[in-house]
Amino acid sequence: MMEDLAMHIIEILMNSIAAGASKILLKIKNSIKEDIIEISVEDNGKGMNEETAKKAASPFSTSRKTRKIGMGLAFLKGLCDSCNGIFEISSEEGIGTKVKASIQKSHIDTPELGDIGEICMSSIQANEDLDFTLEYNNDKESFIFSSNEIKKELDGVSLIEPEILLWIKDYINQGIKQAEEDNV
Amino acid sequence: MKSLEDLKKLREQALKKVEMREGGKDYRVVVGMATCGIAAGARPVLNKLVEETANNNYNCTITQTGCIGMCVYEPIVEVFDKNEGHTTYVHVDPDKAIKILEEHIGKGNIVEEYTVEAARKNEGK
Ligand SMILES: Nc1ncnc2c1ncn2[C@@H]1O[C@H](COP(=O)(O)OP(=O)(O)OP(=O)(O)O)[C@@H](O)[C@H]1O
Ligand SMILES: [Mg+2]
Repeated sequence: MMEDLAMHIIEILMNSIAAGASKILLKIKNSIKEDIIEISVEDNGKGMNEETAKKAASPFSTSRKTRKIGMGLAFLKGLCDSCNGIFEISSEEGIGTKVKASIQKSHIDTPELGDIGEICMSSIQANEDLDFTLEYNNDKESFIFSSNEIKKELDGVSLIEPEILLWIKDYINQGIKQAEEDNV
Repeated sequence: MKSLEDLKKLREQALKKVEMREGGKDYRVVVGMATCGIAAGARPVLNKLVEETANNNYNCTITQTGCIGMCVYEPIVEVFDKNEGHTTYVHVDPDKAIKILEEHIGKGNIVEEYTVEAARKNEGK
């Protein structure tokens, strides 16, 4: 089910959106030199108190009312545990939350990155007013996408027009692909 | 290659469409994108809806919602019309998504067999 990293990342992004974030920064570092894939999601949502943050990654912790267990963070933590990684979460009530997962790139259980463009597109679509930034880095290159810049470019046309969403997805995937090609 | 130039063109096209379509779009298509939906396959459904709507110029917006509270029926797609008439489609996959757009959004016909009512009736028998 959780076959690629994108699947994990979208869970974290959706948590941020559910927490009412108007600003999200997704950072992905994909380094062969350091043998690491580092993913972090930082938001300005409602945050958690210390106790909730501590328990957040246990599978039975959820503030949702429709279902008794929450899985998003627990899955990511599990992935970190099985790929020689580190899972960190820091949060402050009323300020925001940062979730960070660092895993060993060459580890046999480390999944593929997956469709990053698609999950960025989904996040923007979930909240068209969202100020969403992607920062992708490898050893040599970096690719940055900012929804606010695109919004300026669009000048009055909505980001969530299907044509625009498709463009966003392809543009991001192309940027990442380019960065990877130029890295060798 | 997707460039910012393309984006400008898309913008022009979008503006033209808005002019032609006074009073906003006729339908709102909502996809459940909580963990339950995503795990059940809502991502490819959302993707297909966006793609097909862009390519066929369907008269709808595509939006998302969190957990609808019927996890066993995910992926769920809800269609709202302008009068807030409301249809819930369940166990949607990309092929069903195409059909829902074609029939419901394109022609105004509800695809009865994919609705939650049909699913419940099936369970009952
Ligand atoms: N970015 C965030 N901001 C504020 N609270 C958060 C954030 N991420 C997680 N939480 C809290 O941690 C809980 C656990 O999150 P987790 O993703 O594991 O499960 P869930 O979102 O409740 O359910 P699921 O992801 O399975 O739909 C959430 O219910 C929420 O209270
Ligand atoms: Mg979650």
